[in-house]
Amino acid sequence: MSMLKIKDLHVSVADKEIVKGLDLEIKAGEVHAIMGLNGAGKSTLANTIAGRDDYTVTKGTIEFEGKDLLALEPHERVGEGIFLGFQYPVEIPGVSNLNFLRTALNSVRRYRGLEDMSAAEFMKLVRAKAAELKMDPDMLKRFVNVGFSGGEKKRNEMVQMSVLDPKLAVLDETDSGLDIDALRTVAEGINAQRRDDTAILLITHYQRLLSYVQPDVVHVMIDGRIVKSGGKELALELEEKGYADVA
Amino acid sequence: MAGTAEAQKQISEVTGDYKYGFVTDIESERAPKGLSEDVVRFISAKKGEPEWMLDWRLKAYAAWQKMEEPDWARVNYPKIDYNDIYYYSAPKKKDGPKSLDEVDPELLETYAKLGIPLREQEVLAGVQGSAKVAVDAVFDSVSVATTFREELKKAGVIFMSISEAIREYPDMVKKYLASVVPVRDNYFAALNCAVFSDGTFVYVPKGVRCPMELSTYFRINAENTGQFERTLIVADEGAYVSYLEGCTAPMRDENQLHAAVVELVALDDAEIKYSTVQNWYPGDKNGKGGIYNFVTKRALCKGKNSKVSWTQVETGSAVTWKYPSCVLQGDGSVGEFYSVAVTNNYQQADTGTKMIHMGANTRSTIISKGISAGKSQNTYRGLVKVLSGADNVRNYTQCDSLLVSSECGAHTVPYIEVKNPSAQIEHEATTSKVSEDQLFYCRSRGLDEEEAVAMIVNGFCKDVMQHLPMEFAVEAQKLLGISLEGSVG
Ligand SMILES: Nc1ncnc2c1ncn2[C@@H]1O[C@H](COP(=O)(O)OP(=O)(O)OP(=O)(O)O)[C@@H](O)[C@H]1O
Ligand SMILES: [Mg+2]
Repeated sequence: MSMLKIKDLHVSVADKEIVKGLDLEIKAGEVHAIMGLNGAGKSTLANTIAGRDDYTVTKGTIEFEGKDLLALEPHERVGEGIFLGFQYPVEIPGVSNLNFLRTALNSVRRYRGLEDMSAAEFMKLVRAKAAELKMDPDMLKRFVNVGFSGGEKKRNEMVQMSVLDPKLAVLDETDSGLDIDALRTVAEGINAQRRDDTAILLITHYQRLLSYVQPDVVHVMIDGRIVKSGGKELALELEEKGYADVA
Repeated sequence: MAGTAEAQKQISEVTGDYKYGFVTDIESERAPKGLSEDVVRFISAKKGEPEWMLDWRLKAYAAWQKMEEPDWARVNYPKIDYNDIYYYSAPKKKDGPKSLDEVDPELLETYAKLGIPLREQEVLAGVQGSAKVAVDAVFDSVSVATTFREELKKAGVIFMSISEAIREYPDMVKKYLASVVPVRDNYFAALNCAVFSDGTFVYVPKGVRCPMELSTYFRINAENTGQFERTLIVADEGAYVSYLEGCTAPMRDENQLHAAVVELVALDDAEIKYSTVQNWYPGDKNGKGGIYNFVTKRALCKGKNSKVSWTQVETGSAVTWKYPSCVLQGDGSVGEFYSVAVTNNYQQADTGTKMIHMGANTRSTIISKGISAGKSQNTYRGLVKVLSGADNVRNYTQCDSLLVSSECGAHTVPYIEVKNPSAQIEHEATTSKVSEDQLFYCRSRGLDEEEAVAMIVNGFCKDVMQHLPMEFAVEAQKLLGISLEGSVG
């Protein structure tokens, strides 16, 4: 069954059209990768799926599990099971990572009609997830992303993802800025999230991530459109020949 | 009774935001409207005051009549007609409750609704491990109940309404009343001296650490009535006390005046921690109604190495004019001011502190967080003054402003007067806006827009909130969120 279905999507930012007629369908159980030049509109697509206000959809539709996603507020989309891993995670001074995660998790649970998770249960969950992703437990007490290194911020995004356990994870360059060991850990985290009932959309510039997380489909995005799709071998081809020759 | 319940329901349906806006249906007794010598006499007689107290009030009234209302604060409001206010309103009762069992159930109900348990057994039956808090409940012009008095008395702590203290401990009151804020200090302070009707008196004897948090809960209920409370806290040598005040009022279209005076005295090595969660009715979305909060709060760090710490979370009131200050007289004494002031819609706040360094080696810290939303105006006004005889003074001031909307104003007005070259004064100030990136980041983690703002604002206020007693910090955090409802966009 199709989980995410995007049809003829047009998105403008500050009155400039960035996504110019994009189609994409992702089924449960699949991992898709989008590759493409800087400025092609990949992050714009990701932010539009998550519902950022200043990205205006001028045409087209996005359905998530048959629901009209564009009619939902960002937090409702999270409740429905969408997670966006940010290319540039944002700092929130004064708010501890733990408090942030707990508020997020309980908001999502409430949206789904579940009780808040008890403090003890929550701590157990977060500690386990942080350990899986090899995050220093002290970082949980620090303010959200404040003073984190580039790689630490990305790892933090992964901890948030695995705590919230989304149906669809859109990971925007989560592999950028990671050292070789961290890349492997993050890839393991993504693979752990890969299940029959989940889907993952990876936005990446590098074949390396895709050798750890083998995608079912690879798309090439240029100037606001998907110009070519193929199997995982397409990523290798891109790495060898560059975008000009492949697309 | 059915009528009141219905009205309450309607009010909360209309506004939804201000939870405490209900009116208690209780018969009250008032002084004649307006202000005159007779009204001052009336109040004094109602309180059963001794002659000296009445004289003191009448002198204050005479002084007030010759004074001018101040206009230097960055606030605008229509001229107050001081003859259109009731200066005394008290729930009708026979003799004044001897024990909590005699308190009007309607009043107990009111405080329960406000989340303030007055029955001691209810407090004790609360969540296990939660700290005990003694409460003095002031309803309009009078104190209606004071809890845990016996237990406090065993520790030697006096905790009672100021009216009772005037009768029972006149020497102590005479010694300290107006010793920190002189009668003529300012227009509103003088007015308060003439007509104050109740408030709290605390005395913690030598070397005693007060065994529980003390608090006063102020509630304005009656219409057209001003509240003029008076608080006096004395910590004797080596004593420690932590005190909290909270305030709410019904929603009304007219503005109501609240002009309080709070005096703190700390002797050698004593420490007073004074926290305020001010949530008077702020007026509606269009700026109609709300409390005028014109308050004089000052501490005298009289003894050496004494310490006073003011922490305030100011979210309510239509207009706030308030500068909790410290006079650092004793050598080595310490003054602290931690403030969060939130303004939304058409609220105006002009608040800050004065740190007057008189003694050697005195230190002060000022941390002010101003959050402005809607069309509100939020001003920090602070004075750091070092007298010539005060060697090795240190002050650190940090003023941060956070703008939530684009139509609000944030202003910082620091005054620094240093007459001793050995002083080290540091001042930092920042202004920032809640960023779209931060909001979207929170929203993309499942928080709705208002929760997202509350989260960011609470983070911004962290340095101040952590100074609140634990029992109140959670409540205050929620309050910040509620005050900013509807502020985004
Ligand atoms: N707020 C904005 N105002 C103006 N232009 C914008 C704004 N946001 C994005 N753009 C423009 O939209 C285009 C697409 O940006 P986007 O971030 O989606 O690219 P990307 O494919 O993710 O690139 P990268 O690989 O560098 O991350 C860029 O030209 C960018 O400058
Ligand atoms: Mg990008």
